[in-house]
Amino acid sequence: MSDVKKFLYVNRKAPYGTIYALESLEVVLIGAAFEQDVSLAFLDDGVFQLTKGQNTDGIGIKNFSPTFRALGDFEVTKLYVEKDSLEERGLSPDDLQEIMYEDEDDDWEEKPSIRLVSRAEMADVMADQDVVLSF
Amino acid sequence: MSTLHTVNKSPFATQTLMSCLNHCKDGDAVLMIEDGVYGALANSGMADFVRAKSASLAIYVMSPDTAARGLAEDKLLGEVSGVDYAGFVDLVAKHDRTQSWL
Amino acid sequence: MKIGVVVSEGPYTHQAADTAYHFVKAALDGGHEVPRVFFYHDGVNVSTRLSVPPQDERHIQNNWTNLAKEHDIDLVVCIAAAQRRGLLDENEANRQGKDANNIADGFRISGLGQLIEMGIQTDRLVTFGD
Repeated sequence: MSDVKKFLYVNRKAPYGTIYALESLEVVLIGAAFEQDVSLAFLDDGVFQLTKGQNTDGIGIKNFSPTFRALGDFEVTKLYVEKDSLEERGLSPDDLQEIMYEDEDDDWEEKPSIRLVSRAEMADVMADQDVVLSF
Repeated sequence: MSTLHTVNKSPFATQTLMSCLNHCKDGDAVLMIEDGVYGALANSGMADFVRAKSASLAIYVMSPDTAARGLAEDKLLGEVSGVDYAGFVDLVAKHDRTQSWL
Repeated sequence: MKIGVVVSEGPYTHQAADTAYHFVKAALDGGHEVPRVFFYHDGVNVSTRLSVPPQDERHIQNNWTNLAKEHDIDLVVCIAAAQRRGLLDENEANRQGKDANNIADGFRISGLGQLIEMGIQTDRLVTFGD
């Protein structure tokens, strides 16, 4: 593959009530093999996908939230989370899972994948893409 | 560089139109399709917000969808322009990327 | 211009598959290329050949099949999403030990890589969903 495109996966829906969050993650995992420049955006109800302490035993649906912590192994390391969306929902960054990756360009130092951004910064992220896939 | 945003939800059912308009950059275009066309109503509670945003954005509405829903042109914001499917395609081609607000 | 299209909502319940169809026709009429349409989420349900809508209604699956034949469009149905929802082509039905298959002419089942590849190879990507 000659040219690398910037792919943004936009997540605006909560998990479990609908399948979009899970099937979005499946695209991200498959897409990782194509070695494009991948970013994920979490805004509006999409921020609920990243909360810690999810336990789906009682609803009989697979808890896929641990998969987010594995994204670093797939070199998916840019998870933009909108602060305004968190605040509107009464959440703080501490309510989210810790998602880390090892930075190969910095002696494999562990760094957080979640990047908190303002609404205006999220708009900048969105405007900087070649391909936007919405879920 | 600019983006075409599409919105297909009624702003009275979800916050999708609001979220979309709050993430647009100056010079972007927004196209209301399907139930999104209700966002173009001139006398609704959303009208002032949409009208204010139209100063920095080009806002379009799918005419086949407004017609299907019985929304006469005189019920729609003057700041919003009607397009057909060919116009939709032109907007996609004209802007660098399309973002669907689902 | 090459335009890729994603349909991510099922037929009849949502307008998405209809809007996508009119959009693709207009794009082709306008001289653009639509090399592939990718069906994901409940959008995979568009591909069932067992759909029998009333005669005075549009036949969404037939419309897509005919458009694809006429313009050589690659209609790709996501295999993971399709299997969840009971949509199988002949090969998959045999492999899974199922007694029937239901994918319509003109559609093919393949992986999510086809979606990423479409994003890489087209100039624009437009998603129709809910």
